[in-house]
Formats: sequence, structure tokens, C-alpha cells
Amino acid sequence: MDLKDKIISSYVAFEDGLDINTDVHEIRSEAFQNFEKLGFPTKKLEAWKYTSLNSVLNNDYSLFPINRKAVELADVKKYFIHDIDAYKIVFVDGKYSSFLSATTHDGFDVCLMSSALNKPKYKPVIEHYFNKAAKQDNLTSLNTAFAKEGAYIHISRNIEVEKPIQIINFTTGSEQATFLQPRNLIVVEQNAHVQIIERHQSLSEHAVLTNAVTEIFADRHATVDYYKIQNDKTSASLVDNTYIEQKSESTVSVHTFSFGGNITRNNLNFFQKGEHVNSILKGVTILEEKQHVDHHTLVHHIEPNCESHQDYKGIFGERSTGVFNGKVIVEKDAQKTNAYQQNNNILISDRATVNAKPQLEIFADDVKCSHGCTIGQLDNQALFYMQQRGIPKKEAQALLMYAFANTVLESVKIPEVKERITKIIANKLGVNIGFDI
Amino acid sequence: MLKIDNLHAEVEGKAILKGLNLHIKPGEIHAIMGPNGAGKSTLASIVAGKEDYEVTQGSIELEGNDIGDLSPEERAHEGVFLSFQYPVEIPGVTVTNFIKTAINESRKAKGQEEMPAKDMLKKIREKSELLEIDRKFLSRSLNEGFSGGEKKRNEIFQMAMLEPKLAILDETDSGLDIDALRIVANGVNKLKSKDNAIVVITHYQRLLDYIVPDYVHVLYNGKIVKTGDASLALELEKKGYDWIKETLVS
Repeated sequence: MDLKDKIISSYVAFEDGLDINTDVHEIRSEAFQNFEKLGFPTKKLEAWKYTSLNSVLNNDYSLFPINRKAVELADVKKYFIHDIDAYKIVFVDGKYSSFLSATTHDGFDVCLMSSALNKPKYKPVIEHYFNKAAKQDNLTSLNTAFAKEGAYIHISRNIEVEKPIQIINFTTGSEQATFLQPRNLIVVEQNAHVQIIERHQSLSEHAVLTNAVTEIFADRHATVDYYKIQNDKTSASLVDNTYIEQKSESTVSVHTFSFGGNITRNNLNFFQKGEHVNSILKGVTILEEKQHVDHHTLVHHIEPNCESHQDYKGIFGERSTGVFNGKVIVEKDAQKTNAYQQNNNILISDRATVNAKPQLEIFADDVKCSHGCTIGQLDNQALFYMQQRGIPKKEAQALLMYAFANTVLESVKIPEVKERITKIIANKLGVNIGFDI
Repeated sequence: MLKIDNLHAEVEGKAILKGLNLHIKPGEIHAIMGPNGAGKSTLASIVAGKEDYEVTQGSIELEGNDIGDLSPEERAHEGVFLSFQYPVEIPGVTVTNFIKTAINESRKAKGQEEMPAKDMLKKIREKSELLEIDRKFLSRSLNEGFSGGEKKRNEIFQMAMLEPKLAILDETDSGLDIDALRIVANGVNKLKSKDNAIVVITHYQRLLDYIVPDYVHVLYNGKIVKTGDASLALELEKKGYDWIKETLVS
């Protein structure tokens, strides 16, 4: 039985355990039918031209993994940004781990999607927001059909959440192959501010496929800073679907750091539903072996006087492949839009590949839209210059690559996150230098 | 200090150095002059270990050790410094961090501990004052958007920080106005000691008014064809290189 059939045949059993007299049930059923019709994306779809999931769909995944392995804090501590005080929403094999988590309801909610979907007091929020920003494409529909657990964050108006919130999904490998579908909902009300760090981490060499959906709603004048740290094992693949809806004067930034994993597909979608909205999309990708990362971004400028800033840097070694498909749509009413897109790539191996595809669709006539895309190599003269001053070639290369990525790193607002990313980069590049630049 | 014997080198099959000899003792300043395309910058790059050139014959010794097979960084650790004619811009790496990394990598290579931050700062302060470099300048990206003069001053600042045994200054005077030239030359003179040696590559006598050489060599067609004292530079300034070429023909 292939994965699609297996999923379809498991739906009845899944539904059995759920309350079917809710709006959410309606949404799930519709999404299920949608997935049943569409199936998994193939390379025939324009949006999936450069990323094939075939190799990862062949595994015999456990759809509802049973967590049989205990996870000790000492074993997983390193995956947290542990040197800061933070709220934590942690899942192990898709199940909430109260032991590893630190949630709150004190003035705002940092808790579980399963509670939010089941408890009456959350009903108005769920009805208003759940699946309202997400697109009805293949994989988002698949996630919606089985949406049950994930992070639920609701920040009430005027609240500045002082501690960052970490969302971590661990997989123990208690199953031969694990399929996970976390579903996160983040609602940030007027003038509120929150910082979120998200990570998916496999703890074994067994195959993992994660199809995550996160919806973020930023109301008027809200600020959301979201950091995605993707440094998983090469046996783990991820399709990350993030949908962000912004109201007037809100600022949302998403930094995606892609260093690990097998196949990673980031579908990052911004919808600007208000004036003076600022959307920031930044990423650093450093790959080796046969790793593949596909950044698929969309910024939909709907209203006037808004901005978007995209800056993606990629460094590709060995036989790795990268894709950047950045789409900017400027609607007719979105006059005075300022949309900026930059994608720079360095190939450090003859066998690495990058496919870059900026797409601009502009229907307004008074806008500033720029895009730049480069694919190059490390500058040999710069390397010689650094070596001449006594910096060994490997360290010189690392320093050049770090400097290249620094335009993204310098906008990371949590120093501990920046430090962690810097360490991962140094480790990835095989050097022991501080990069305090 | 430096002993180059019968050096032949080529790039992409084209011979550039054709049997060059150059012996330099500690405490000496040598100037190398010569027309465009004579091989002056090639010589500098080869001594520094640039891989684009193939040495086909001859040897380069530093303090009696053959350095021909060493990588550029190993030569730097041995005390070779090249002030670039065109210093490379490295966006995102500050002057301070670059020089810190350079010094600590050299120390690491010699099995020494990293230089304590306090000492590093003190040294940076001292040497930047010597080159009349503004503190703000040190936190800028290396060479990015620097004027010609700032780039060259920064090269000599790095030389001051690294304290090489052998410094090769490749057209350090080009792009400098008279004030910058004076500052740079003054810096070089202060760094000069009886234990180190300096090679000045230049087109113009002007720099040699400030950095007075013990020897002046004329490099032409891949070889040193004439050697004299400081007065040779003055003579070249007056008569031009055609004079050398004619002497060679006759």
C-alpha cells in the first residue's frame, strides 16, 4: 500500500476518536477530501518542479506513532536554547511532553492545540482563526485533515511576552519510520509582541517525515519574531508550511536557518491585510552531502504602503541542492509598496546545484520592487589575502562564508539564538573560530 | 634572511620570471623597480606563495629554510608579509576581527595560546596610533569602501600588528597623496629593525625619499638586470627605463 492509500484508509479510525459536531470537523473533512483528490505533489506541478518527495514517500511510515522510548532531559537539552529562560511546548513523537515543557495561561496562553480544539473557552478563537490563513493545497490539506496537536499561542493585546517561546518536536525513532503532522496556531493581538523559536529534531537514524502547518495572525501593531532552526539528521525530511496574516502596522519576521535534514521544503506565505505592514523573510542555508532545501516564499501585497524584505543566503557543498522560489504579488490597490528581495548563493563544490527563481507579479503602478539573485563561488583573491595574513585556508573560507551570511544573522534579535546559530555554522564548516564580527 | 636563486616561474604556460636572483640580509631595505609587466608583482606573489604561479626552477629560502613548498599561511607564520597592491575588500569582517583572527591563527600554528584580549587591544591601540588610524575605522568591514590611502594605511597597520621578518610592499605608494605617503613611510620606518628586512616594489623614486633603500634593483623581463644604491633610483627617474633597455642591448 502506498502512503496515500495508507493515509486515506486510516482516516476513519482517526475520526472515530474525535468530536464530529464541530466546525473543525467540517474543515477536516473538507481538507481530507481535498487531499484524497490531489494526493502528494509531484514534479509535474510547477511549484514542485525542483523538489521531489518520491524518495521519502516510499518509507513505511507509522502514521500515529506510539512513543515507547523515554526521553531524558540530559539527552535533549542541547536542542533547546537552554541558556535563556523560555516557555517551552515540547512534543515527543507527536505527543505532548509535559515533563519537557513549560507552558502558561498567566495573562496569555502558551499551550496545546489539542486543548484549544477541545475546550469550549477557546472555541471563539478557533472558529475565528483555525485554517483561515492556510492554503488548500495538497500538503496543507493533509495536515488539516489530521490536525490534532501542536502549539497554541494566544497573546492578548498590549502584552509584550518577555521570554521567548520554544516549540520543539522530537522524534525518538521508536518506530522504523515516523510521519508527523504538527499543527500550530499563533494569534498575536493588537500591540502585543512575541518571539518564537521552532525546531524539529530526530533523535535516531530512523526515517522521519514531518508535514507541519503553522498559522500566524498578527493584529494591528503587533510584532512577531519567528526563528526556525533546521539542523536535523539526514534521515529526517520536513515540509514546513507557514501562513502569516498581518493587519495594519504589524511587523512579522521569520528567520529560517537550514543546515540539516534530508529534504526540506519551506513554504512561507505572507498575506498583508492592512496598511503599513512590514514583512521580513530571511534565511541562511548551508548544506553538504546530498541534502536538499527548497525555500518557497510568497509575499502577497494587498493594501497600500506596505513593505517586504527578503534576504536568503545559501552555501552549497558536495552534492547538495538548493532551490529559492520567491514570489511577490503586488495587487492593484497596493500602491507605494516597497518590496525587496535578495537571494545570494555560493557553490563550494562542482557538483552542488542551485535553482533560483524570483517571480514578481505587479499590478500597481507606483511601487518600488527590487530583486537580485547571484550564484557564485568564494573569491580566490580574498582567500589568498586572508591566507597571506596567516589565516589557514579552511578558516579563511569559513570566515568568508560567515561574513556572507552575516546580513541575515545580524538581524537576529535574541543574542543566545544568534550565538547558537554561529556555533552551528562553525561546527558545520569544521572550524573553531569565534566569528565575533 | 631571503635568498632567491635562479627563480623561473610561469603562469598558464607563459614564462614571467626567468632566472631571478635576490639575496637580502636582516636589517636591509631593498627596492625593486622596473617597467610595467617586468614581473615585480609576480615576484611578490610567488614569495608569498600564491598558487596561480608555477615555479619551474630555482629556490626561495627564508632564514636558510626552503619555503617553496609551503602554503601562503605557513609562509605568513614563518614571517612573510605582503602588502597588497590592491587590498581585497571583505564585507562583513571588521578590521579588528580580521587582525585578531590573523594573529591568533599564527599563534595557534606555533603552539601558542591566543593573545589575551587586553594585550590585543593595547597593541591595536598602539599600532593604529602609529598609522594615525581613527578608532572608528577599525570597526568597519575590511577594506570595504576604503579610499586608496586608507587601504594602504590599513595594510601597514596589519604589518605593524603581525611584525613580520620579511615585508614586501607592493606599490604601497600608488594611490597615496603626499600626506598619506608620509604617514605610511613613517610607519614603515618605525617598524624597521636590524632583525627584519623590507622589500619595496615601486615605480617611483618618490617613496624612496621617505623609505631609503640600501639597494635598488631593476627588474626587467623576468630578471634583475641592474643593482645599485639609492642613487640608481634617481638616475632611473631621470633617464627612464629605456636607458636600461639600451644598456642591455649594447
